[in-house]
Amino acid sequence: MMQVLFAYLATVCVVCSVLTVTMRQPVYNVLALLTMFFHVAGLYVLLNAEFLAVVQVIVYAGAILVLYLFVLMLLNLKAQARHMHRQWPFGVLVLGSVAAMVVGALQAGSFSAATGEYTSDAIKAVGNTEAIGLRLYTDYLLPFEVASLVLLVAMIGAIVLTKKGMIDDHVGE
Amino acid sequence: MVPLSAYVILSALIFFIGVVGVVTRRSIIVILLSIELMLNAVNINFVAFAHHLESITGQVFVFFTLTVAAAEVAVGLALLIAIYRNRRTVNVEELDLMKW
Repeated sequence: MMQVLFAYLATVCVVCSVLTVTMRQPVYNVLALLTMFFHVAGLYVLLNAEFLAVVQVIVYAGAILVLYLFVLMLLNLKAQARHMHRQWPFGVLVLGSVAAMVVGALQAGSFSAATGEYTSDAIKAVGNTEAIGLRLYTDYLLPFEVASLVLLVAMIGAIVLTKKGMIDDHVGE
Repeated sequence: MVPLSAYVILSALIFFIGVVGVVTRRSIIVILLSIELMLNAVNINFVAFAHHLESITGQVFVFFTLTVAAAEVAVGLALLIAIYRNRRTVNVEELDLMKW
């Protein structure tokens, strides 16, 4: 059952990723990415990360992609006659061979390391959300505060960049 | 049980599809979407390793990736709007002001 679910989710993820990169209409790109995000949330459920699955749907699918769609509608972009860069076959060739190499190396390698104390049963005993929250607010408190600073800087940056008159509006004219 | 290597290979594939998108597409918006693909590939890796190594640190790190992704989208789309307002294009081939 797990294998069947994983095969389905992984296949849809890869197909939707390819569609995201190759589709001509920008709106279709965003919708393919949306489908991909939902299936990544499914993968998180398979990996006993229920809280992250919900966050994936709310933050990625709910907030980030809606922001993309909003900007797309705002700019009213049309599909271009030529949507790929002029040297795209070269890029696909080089990166395809690098990807084949990496996948080959990953198949040959083994992943063993010291395991921690959070087994599936231990996480189930306290609850996934609570287990993450305990670590986040004790061991990772400083990175958590830095993350809030990153968000604040991004917010101010977005306001400054989009405000009329803050940067020179006549460069291209 | 699905082996860890299956997740790692899946995430490597998605990451490279994202890299191909960044390198080959001409529209800035699709380049930003490809960066989202790459960030998601990293997240899959984090969660898969957290599950396999019975540690929850990987799941905590996905939060920080998520924060960076949200900041990146906000600034990236603001830059996109600023560029479009100035140049009337979102095509990276036409944005060659700093090209030598």
